[in-house]
Amino acid sequence: MDEFIDAFFNFGILAEAWPILLAGLGQTLLLSAVVVPLGLLGGLILALLSTVRTRWVRWPLMAWVDIFRSLPPLVLLIFIYAGLPFAGLEVSAFGAVAIGFFLNTGAYYGEIMRAGIASVPAGQMEAARSLGLSRGHAMWLVVLPQAVRNVLPDLISNTLEVVKLTSIAAVVALPELLFQARQAQSVTFNATPIMAAAVAYFILLWPVVRLLSTLENKQIARRN
Amino acid sequence: MSGWDKFADSFLNARVAAEYAPKILDGLWLTILLAGCIIVTGVVVGLVLAVIRAMGIRPLNWLIIFVVDLFRALPPLVIIVLLFFGMPAAGVSMSGFVAAWLALSLVLMAFAEEIFWAGITAVPPGQWEASRSLGLSFLVTFGLVVLPQAVRMVIPPLVNRTIAITKGTALASVVAVPEILGAAQAGVSFSFNPTPLTLGAVAYLALFLPVVVLGRWIETRFAWRR
Repeated sequence: MDEFIDAFFNFGILAEAWPILLAGLGQTLLLSAVVVPLGLLGGLILALLSTVRTRWVRWPLMAWVDIFRSLPPLVLLIFIYAGLPFAGLEVSAFGAVAIGFFLNTGAYYGEIMRAGIASVPAGQMEAARSLGLSRGHAMWLVVLPQAVRNVLPDLISNTLEVVKLTSIAAVVALPELLFQARQAQSVTFNATPIMAAAVAYFILLWPVVRLLSTLENKQIARRN
Repeated sequence: MSGWDKFADSFLNARVAAEYAPKILDGLWLTILLAGCIIVTGVVVGLVLAVIRAMGIRPLNWLIIFVVDLFRALPPLVIIVLLFFGMPAAGVSMSGFVAAWLALSLVLMAFAEEIFWAGITAVPPGQWEASRSLGLSFLVTFGLVVLPQAVRMVIPPLVNRTIAITKGTALASVVAVPEILGAAQAGVSFSFNPTPLTLGAVAYLALFLPVVVLGRWIETRFAWRR
């Protein structure tokens, strides 16, 4: 037991690794603050495009969304980071992560927002239009707010997944929480830093998981 | 060479493709094997936990809720790294394959439990009352009346979540499992050419695009009755 505590919950090691871990946590938060809005923006663009009825827009759009939902995010990231330099395009780790997340999480957010827009009765758009609002205004002021409200649990759930996913940036040596913990582990020969990173993720995200559980239960209750 | 020729030589190089295609194909089988193991373990254990939760034993339920929350909050890669690089410190060493299988099974288990539980609670109480009043025991009611309705309701979210988590098999490349991505990365570093990555991306598309399209279809077919 002592050996186990020494290997995973060693406070001497934790104190030593603390500044490194804290810097990593900062990077994780910064990365999340960049990729979540980026994904939301991508999703919004895709969802708005999906309201166009022409098949020349719909089919390529569907293919785009399905392709980026089929590729594992890590594959996309490695392709951008390790592949594109061969085409003469050097991208930084941060740039590669931003592009990869824009493509991947944008597709997911796009599907959710598309479902949200579809859930708003057509009468809302018609009523707003008949009151003299332009298409853009009606979409922005009448349809989208209701759409977002309808799919809020899914949006939060996807955001949770996105924040968790930032950990794959460690693979391209971006010094976020997991990467820093691995570095600290290889210097100290002790698993405490990784355990500390896991605990940090849990403390950070547990409230969101709890919130989602409650929201999901409410949704089920409403359906009955 | 023109721009396109240069691009094609890098990303669509036939010679490199021919050399590394068998390795990627081996990787594809390994990905399928790993995914299959994860799906079976994760969904079955998730269902078992949801059934236990339905029995309503308080302390046990708190434990289940905590474990489920834990594996919903932790990034899969963190769990894989903890198992593969951390556990040896406790004297437990495992292969990359086992670490990835265990980690992703735990994550799928957590999501599956949550989804099955949502389905079980969504079955109207009248169904319980009706079958109990017909003289069916708790277990028979649960197994033959409630669970079949619950499972049918949760198929779309379960399929989508399973697809999302199965794509995480690519994370196994981090712990040196030669699945598709691992094989492709090895190919790139041997050939100094990114064509193996292109092949890898094609392999993933071949594997997951049909599943994603199927998921889309199931979603409309089995949509929650509103």
